[in-house]
Amino acid sequence: MNDSELVRILSSIVLQSTPLAIAVCGETITERAGVVNLSLDGTMLLSAMVGFVAGLLSKSVWVGFLAAAGVGALFAFIIAFGSIRLRKDQFAVGFVLTLLGDELSAFLGQNYTRIPGQKVSHLGIPLLKDIPILGPMFFDHDLVVYFTFILVGVTWWWMFRTQHGLRLRSAGERPEAGFVRGINVNRLRYIYTLVGGSLVGIAGAAYSLDIKLGWSEGHTRGLGWIALAIVIFGGWSPIRGAFGALLFGASKALAAALQRRFPEESVVVFNATPWVLMIAVLLLVGSDATDRLIALVPRRFQSRLRQLLRVRPPGALGTLFIPGEAGGE
Amino acid sequence: MKVALRDIRKYFGQVKANDGISLVLESGQIYGLLGENGAGKSTLMKILSGYHQPDSGQIELDDKDVKFSSPAEALANGVGMIYQDPLDVPSMRAVENYLLGRDLRINLAYSAATSEMIENASQLGFKIDPQAFIDTLSIGERQQLELLRLLALGAEVLILDEPTTGISAEQKEGLFASIRKLAKESGKTVILVSHKLSEVQELCDHVLVLCKGKFVGEVDIPCSTERLVQMMFKEIPPRSSRVSYLREKNLLELSQVEFEGERLAVTGINLTVRAGEVFGLAGLEGSGQKLLLQACAGLIQPKRGKIILDGEDVTRFSYHQMRAASVAYLPAGRLEEGLVAGLSLIEHVALARPQKGFVVDWNYFERITQSQIDKYQIVGRPETLVHELSGGNQQRALFALLRSPLKLLLLEHPTRGLDVLSAQWIWQLLLNRVEEGSSILYYSADLDELVERSDRIAAFSGGVMSRIVTATETTADELGHLIGGEE
Repeated sequence: MNDSELVRILSSIVLQSTPLAIAVCGETITERAGVVNLSLDGTMLLSAMVGFVAGLLSKSVWVGFLAAAGVGALFAFIIAFGSIRLRKDQFAVGFVLTLLGDELSAFLGQNYTRIPGQKVSHLGIPLLKDIPILGPMFFDHDLVVYFTFILVGVTWWWMFRTQHGLRLRSAGERPEAGFVRGINVNRLRYIYTLVGGSLVGIAGAAYSLDIKLGWSEGHTRGLGWIALAIVIFGGWSPIRGAFGALLFGASKALAAALQRRFPEESVVVFNATPWVLMIAVLLLVGSDATDRLIALVPRRFQSRLRQLLRVRPPGALGTLFIPGEAGGE
Repeated sequence: MKVALRDIRKYFGQVKANDGISLVLESGQIYGLLGENGAGKSTLMKILSGYHQPDSGQIELDDKDVKFSSPAEALANGVGMIYQDPLDVPSMRAVENYLLGRDLRINLAYSAATSEMIENASQLGFKIDPQAFIDTLSIGERQQLELLRLLALGAEVLILDEPTTGISAEQKEGLFASIRKLAKESGKTVILVSHKLSEVQELCDHVLVLCKGKFVGEVDIPCSTERLVQMMFKEIPPRSSRVSYLREKNLLELSQVEFEGERLAVTGINLTVRAGEVFGLAGLEGSGQKLLLQACAGLIQPKRGKIILDGEDVTRFSYHQMRAASVAYLPAGRLEEGLVAGLSLIEHVALARPQKGFVVDWNYFERITQSQIDKYQIVGRPETLVHELSGGNQQRALFALLRSPLKLLLLEHPTRGLDVLSAQWIWQLLLNRVEEGSSILYYSADLDELVERSDRIAAFSGGVMSRIVTATETTADELGHLIGGEE
């Protein structure tokens, strides 16, 4: 394997990971507000299909992305409305939506399978793409990839550096505390669930219009669950989530490389590697072992390291907030 | 700021939580709000702080009519409340919590907020690291943080709900000093909601007493405890005569026992509890007393030493073996650890008393449950879900579920959050057990309770057990010193 081939592989890992990173970012936003959108797999399938068809009919990828974001927002709205207004179990609603999205995409998309459609055009960034190694890796892609970079950065900044982010996090961590500080928790949850859902929709279309062109039944099946797992793996941080998506892409690439190296082994073995890796990291990072490790570090670094490694879910994740009942009695 | 409440009424269904309460509070004064459980204190304070809206009546601040639709609106008008369990966001840093909902600019000015926070804190004599995560702070520090936040937002009226529960004596002193300063120097109006009469007498200028949703009287401090109790209850609860049921036999013996909790190691415990003895443990939260009970309950295994129960070596017993050996453990978190929220009383009874056969005989258990409800005077029906019971009734339900006879009863805060009469009732139940020959090993944050109820007392401080004192010969003062780790 020579250098250029390695760079090519790294570049393709970045490219392949982007839709997943978008979906992870969207779900991270939703869950940070305290809502679990479990429907990711179904949402991505349906939005991949709708995005593809809308792009095909309008001859514009951007219309496709817009339609896909609409699908994502619609599913997210059903979850938000069901849990916040109707006080139904969001996990149950999300799970059924997963199945619905899967079947609906197969049904509505049956006339559009395996035909050529629109594709996001390549757009290398002048100058930046000529940087050795990093250039081809990060700056010789298309707008979807660059959007992902910006999205991850902006989401992190929004969450951890702005008043809006504080409010968002308080809604997911301790809505009562937000409420007494004048925050309309349920309105925030609506907004961020819709924003997160739209991003998941965009992620679906990023497959059918860019990374995994076209549409066929079950086109992105399974990827939504992977995104949900990476949200946890990423400790509900957009940046760590993006790294999780990259790591997942890298381990897929590793699996492919191993497959080439040992062609006689069954492909199934190599497909399992990302999962083995992920479960190992999940078990280690979430355990007491990390706490003990942190205790060994000099005291002034502990707090920073703790935040870096913390994988505690938002305190009020998946719970209802009813303003009048807050504060007990 | 002068606060006037005029004819405040708030009904929850049939319950008249506030039934026409009128009060006037002057600025610069510290008021104690007293009343037994259900007297309407928290409802009234939640109305004043904007959590609830009154059904009728007016709130006036400095002679101006105001109406609050949310706590934030109340705070904007100068009324701030510090809740018993501070309402902050545990996973955030102190400074983030300080800024939340406040600095409306998009890009937050962290460094300015940090220095502002440090300066405000030092004025009140508080020391808080702005970068610390809330969940690494103690309850006392979180209260201080809430106080700083409310003051920074311009609170002129401060409501403190049971502020000394779960904080150290030192933090209490600090809190009281800052409250006095705020009232006397800055003219804040302070309302302290408390069960602890001694604290009310220590801190407040006036006491307001509520009873059954009505305002029944106001007295100036100093004033005798008997008078306060009389106003709250219209009768002084009988002081229990300290009959001792001590027997000769040693029931529980711990020798050189060592065990470890998550944050604390406890070493060198030597302790003998006699049959029929009530043994009290004092100490600040997390000093090792809870670990001791858990070790005796078989929930944590001692690393070294020996535990003998009624002549049998039970050092390595599991919780279930201890249970079988007639040891019962009632944890402080009634709903979290003791009862199953969402199950009814009758289901609890059925769970606690295994019967033969595969199918539960609900008629049989309904009869038993009803008889227990009568015996323990639980306000509820067999099919009532436990989380719908009041705290006192949950505590009674826990006692009703205990098996009989028991050798050893391990209790945490047996009467925390209960009014004087309920507490009295609980102790009567416990003494009946002791009379039957059970021993009680318990801990409590209430020194008066420890002195009043125990035969002997030991204090814990940082995982070390103090010398053992006889309750009749000690004072709350001496115990205070032992808790502080002084001999």
